[in-house]
Amino acid sequence: MRSLSWRAGAGFAVGAVLLFGVAPFALSDFRLSLLAKYLCLAMVAVGIGLAWGRGGLLTLGQGVFFGLGGYAMAMHMKLADAGPGEMPDFMQLYGQLDALPWWWRPFANPAFALPATVLLPMLVAFLLGSLVFRRRVRGAYFAILSQALAAAMAILLIGQQGTTGGTNGLTDFQGFFGYDLDDPVNQRMVYFIVAGVLLLLLAIARQLMRSRYGELLVAVRDSEERVRFLGYNPANVKLVAYVTAAGMAGLAGALFVPAVGIINPALIGIVPSIEFVIGVAVGGRASLLGPVLGAVAVAWAKTTLSEEFPAAWTYLQGLLFVLVVAFLPGGLASVVRLLRRRRRPPPDPAPVSPAPVVAQEVTA
Amino acid sequence: MTVIVSQLFTGVSIGAVLLLIALGLSLTFGQMGVINMAHGEFIMAGAYTVYVLQKVITGAGWSLLVALPLAFAVAGAMGVLLEFLLIRRLYARPLDTLLVTWGVSLILQQLARDIFGAPNVQTRAPDALTGNIKITDDLVLSNNRLFILALALLAVVALTLVLRFSSLGRRIRAVVQNRDLAAVSGIPTGRVDRLTFLIGSGLAGVAGVALTLLGPIGPTMGTNVIIDAFLVVVAGGIGHLKGSVIVAFALGTLQSLVEYSTTVSVAKVGVFVAIVAFLQWRPQGLFTLRTRSLA
Repeated sequence: MRSLSWRAGAGFAVGAVLLFGVAPFALSDFRLSLLAKYLCLAMVAVGIGLAWGRGGLLTLGQGVFFGLGGYAMAMHMKLADAGPGEMPDFMQLYGQLDALPWWWRPFANPAFALPATVLLPMLVAFLLGSLVFRRRVRGAYFAILSQALAAAMAILLIGQQGTTGGTNGLTDFQGFFGYDLDDPVNQRMVYFIVAGVLLLLLAIARQLMRSRYGELLVAVRDSEERVRFLGYNPANVKLVAYVTAAGMAGLAGALFVPAVGIINPALIGIVPSIEFVIGVAVGGRASLLGPVLGAVAVAWAKTTLSEEFPAAWTYLQGLLFVLVVAFLPGGLASVVRLLRRRRRPPPDPAPVSPAPVVAQEVTA
Repeated sequence: MTVIVSQLFTGVSIGAVLLLIALGLSLTFGQMGVINMAHGEFIMAGAYTVYVLQKVITGAGWSLLVALPLAFAVAGAMGVLLEFLLIRRLYARPLDTLLVTWGVSLILQQLARDIFGAPNVQTRAPDALTGNIKITDDLVLSNNRLFILALALLAVVALTLVLRFSSLGRRIRAVVQNRDLAAVSGIPTGRVDRLTFLIGSGLAGVAGVALTLLGPIGPTMGTNVIIDAFLVVVAGGIGHLKGSVIVAFALGTLQSLVEYSTTVSVAKVGVFVAIVAFLQWRPQGLFTLRTRSLA
């Protein structure tokens, strides 16, 4: 046990050195801001790893929570750019409104907007989750409902062009809490915030996974009925994982806005929501670091390939879904574990498990 | 009054389209528990069948008639291939099936883009289906909507007859109700699965033919309709066709009425909220298959 936590500490130290010490000096400003974008996507992946990898909740609607966090932050930044009492530029442009809509007003206050980026997604997840899990709607039903939520949210945002910017979304931000976003120094600052938050979320996810709650979550994934008969309420266990994942996605969305400079419906609908999942699947859904590395790798491959060969990228993405999920359900993390096990045989014979559906456990 | 009646007709015709799309799903998802995200692309394949066929058969009426069985065959063959190559290996992992078939749907969409081009294409509708039937001055029913309604009802009746009276239907129901018992009774469950998938996917092809009457067709046409169709099957309940039929028409009507009083986007959200609320009341859908499993 002690050696494990020592290894985890060392792992975090290496991660911190890479993110804070190496990347800012090795990469150009442009590459660094791209990395900040990937790291934001990786935050969503940490949450999906928890909910799907550990809890078996295939959530195909993380874009909704990402979007709620992103729009909350973007609305605040728009209002801050416009100045007190003024309307954001796009509302004046469309000219449909005489005054700021009531639900925009509280976001002018950072003391409301900042917590809202996390709490709003968590609230929505809590409402949907408690309705759905308590009635034992699960498995594929839950996946489809979460996907329908993403579709509904994107359609709603597009339909309300006057107040949400419609298809264009919210973009063209000047300042981030008084700092000029055009200044490369401030872009670096945003990157550092993103990297720090990602490490924090990883620490939270690790603690959750290794706690008694984490054990319970895996138990619910593998045999919900048995957990119920042991006296726990599986609905609550799932709800915690779902709400946590939603909060992480909301935070990711909130940081995505200053890092990338845009939030729009195309970033939160069905397709981006399911793209969050593929990174997690590639990296290894049940491991801690797998989702992060998978998400960064897939996002990087997407930017590199999709600009030059858009058709080839779509084929590759489709093949990734098919091959990884069908034939390597544990993702790359299971390959790493397999190699490690081959190099040094375990002291005691591994217990025979009847159906290794997903990579059973990750202890690092 | 006529406004309400004409909105109701719109709702019923939206429901008919939903039903045609959901009917195949209620077989593959409802009966077999397979979430096939590529179902939307089978619809697309059916629609492009009409497009290709019209290059050969110029008469719009004949091409439509030939397209119906041909699209069934094309989409059905794609479905069988998919089942044989991938889904067969994933029956124990329904959620993974969802992701794998999503990948397949991405590949099929890109294939369609490479073959037919990214922009939408238009097919010709037969003259007989372009007109309207005037009931009163305000109430006008369009022929193509009526045709789709008839097609949907025909498909429901045919499918019900097959499931209820044919030997294949008996086998399908047996496998749904108890796979192990069916297997020891000598039913080749693997082959029954494949045939079920053939019929379900073939119905997607037929739905694709119907969609060509309503508008242009394109590589992403399947994605736009598939979620609604899944919601229909979820709310309708597993293992029963009548659940899907009732829910499809109910949702169509609800959407058309909400749409009339607000906007399209609000209607979509309204439908979603209605389904979540409905599942509070009936978590397993409208009709459930009674089994001894804990639910």
